[in-house]
Amino acid sequence: MSTVTWITARGLFGRRRFLLLLPLPLLLVGLAVLARGLAVAPADWGPPVLVGLGLAVVLPVVALIVGTGVLGAEIDDGTVVHVLTTPLPRWQIVLPKLAVAAGVTAVTVAVPLFAAGLLADSARLGLSLAVAASAGALAYSALFVAASLLTRRPVLLGLVYVLIWEGLLSNVIGGTRVLSIQHYVIALADRLAPTDLLGTTVTAPVAAVMTTLIIVGATLLAIDRLRSFSVAGETS
Amino acid sequence: MTTTNTTAPTATTSTLDLAGVSRWYGNVVAVNNVSMSLGPGVTGLLGPNGAGKTTLLHMMAGFLAPSRGRVTLDGRPTWRNPEVYRRLGLVSEREAVHSFLTAYEFVLATAKLHRLPDPQAAARRAIDLVEMADAQDRRIGTYSKGMRQRTRVAAALVHDPQVLLLDEPFNGMDPRQRLHMMELLHALGDEGRTILFSSHILEEVEQVSGTVQVMVAGRLAASGDFRTIRRLMTNRPHVFAIRSTDDRALAVALMAEASVTGVELGRDGLTVQAGDYGAFTRVLPKIALARGVRVRHLIPEDESLESVFSYLVEA
Repeated sequence: MSTVTWITARGLFGRRRFLLLLPLPLLLVGLAVLARGLAVAPADWGPPVLVGLGLAVVLPVVALIVGTGVLGAEIDDGTVVHVLTTPLPRWQIVLPKLAVAAGVTAVTVAVPLFAAGLLADSARLGLSLAVAASAGALAYSALFVAASLLTRRPVLLGLVYVLIWEGLLSNVIGGTRVLSIQHYVIALADRLAPTDLLGTTVTAPVAAVMTTLIIVGATLLAIDRLRSFSVAGETS
Repeated sequence: MTTTNTTAPTATTSTLDLAGVSRWYGNVVAVNNVSMSLGPGVTGLLGPNGAGKTTLLHMMAGFLAPSRGRVTLDGRPTWRNPEVYRRLGLVSEREAVHSFLTAYEFVLATAKLHRLPDPQAAARRAIDLVEMADAQDRRIGTYSKGMRQRTRVAAALVHDPQVLLLDEPFNGMDPRQRLHMMELLHALGDEGRTILFSSHILEEVEQVSGTVQVMVAGRLAASGDFRTIRRLMTNRPHVFAIRSTDDRALAVALMAEASVTGVELGRDGLTVQAGDYGAFTRVLPKIALARGVRVRHLIPEDESLESVFSYLVEA
């Protein structure tokens, strides 16, 4: 484990905001268990729980908490200066932080999604949701790590993207779905385990290409911004 | 008194150069056309709060882009150049440390980030240097302000840098820690390292460095030997506000005094400029007594550090 990874993980798990990660995944699994226990038809509870809660809320919110926590929190409290006053190339700082963010988000979200998918349909659906959510975790994390270097209020910017762009506009204006990580995840999961429960709107190739573009683009942007990091929190 | 034993004398020295450096934020000029060259030894960056010291230090450390001019370390720019941190260490003013780590973990992590060949030995050496060995296994969150400061200095020194920049390093330290830090800076400077520390306290700079750079309102107001600058500060005109039972009579009498360089009679009393602080304060009671005047208020008006620095700008 690299030193940057170690410090990032210690910092992330040492902060109280990490506890915020727990309720949402528990709620997801709890609702799935309840629906299954009450013998509600999967067609009735699957879409709102798997997509409405799991992919539209739990995944982006957990990614937002973690993604802004790995770098944004260090920028906020000034501790990032200790890592930056070393000759490490900036990509060697960004990549481990992104890996921690994506890994923690993927584990936190993929496990409950697998359980919910299993209860709704099959192990295959559960697995496809877990894999697609992991890809989504990486894309969201890259986006939110980059946001930490673009603005002093990355959480606010992230919430605007998740709530306004993905939550509101992509349901009203069809074209915005092409720039929605949530819809890429749905498309990828549906491609891996075709089902009526997810209701995909973007084709799988478009989703795969766009997810890759966001991951690569946001990561390169974050590396470049970190090279120009100014202590006041500005980047110029 | 403790003796500070750092490392073996360094083979090469480094020079930090600023050429016509300015930094502005919108319409506010934080640093205005500063040029200086810092070589081996300890230099104090002196100036009142808000003078631009921190902005200047951040530009030197590569954490802020100059709006105009160039900051170079051994000829290479510090901005967008992480390689400079092989030769440069920074202790920023902001008291930001990973509170969940112990001092040893923190300094060791820094040594590893620098890819030092023996990070454990480097961490131990740096911790010994700041006398933190006894507390090195406690979490930093439990430390006093002074201990946290010393831990940060240890981290900044772990890679044995040629240049060390410290922003208000004595803040929060008790007298013993302060003395030890001063000895440490002396020792590092004597080894041929370039040490620059900022302070707004004259006495701190006086005790640590022979060379000073004085910043006032973003400009480099004075530069050079501390004793010369200190003399300039001491010999400046001192301004006193005086109220008495007979201001006019007192004004006439004061004008005959050699130590007085100017008197202004106003509605609220006298404003007196004295060239020699000591002589004036000794002679005033005698004059008042001789003239039968009773002095009700005597207030030195320009004793603040800001006014001392402002005088330097005008001098």
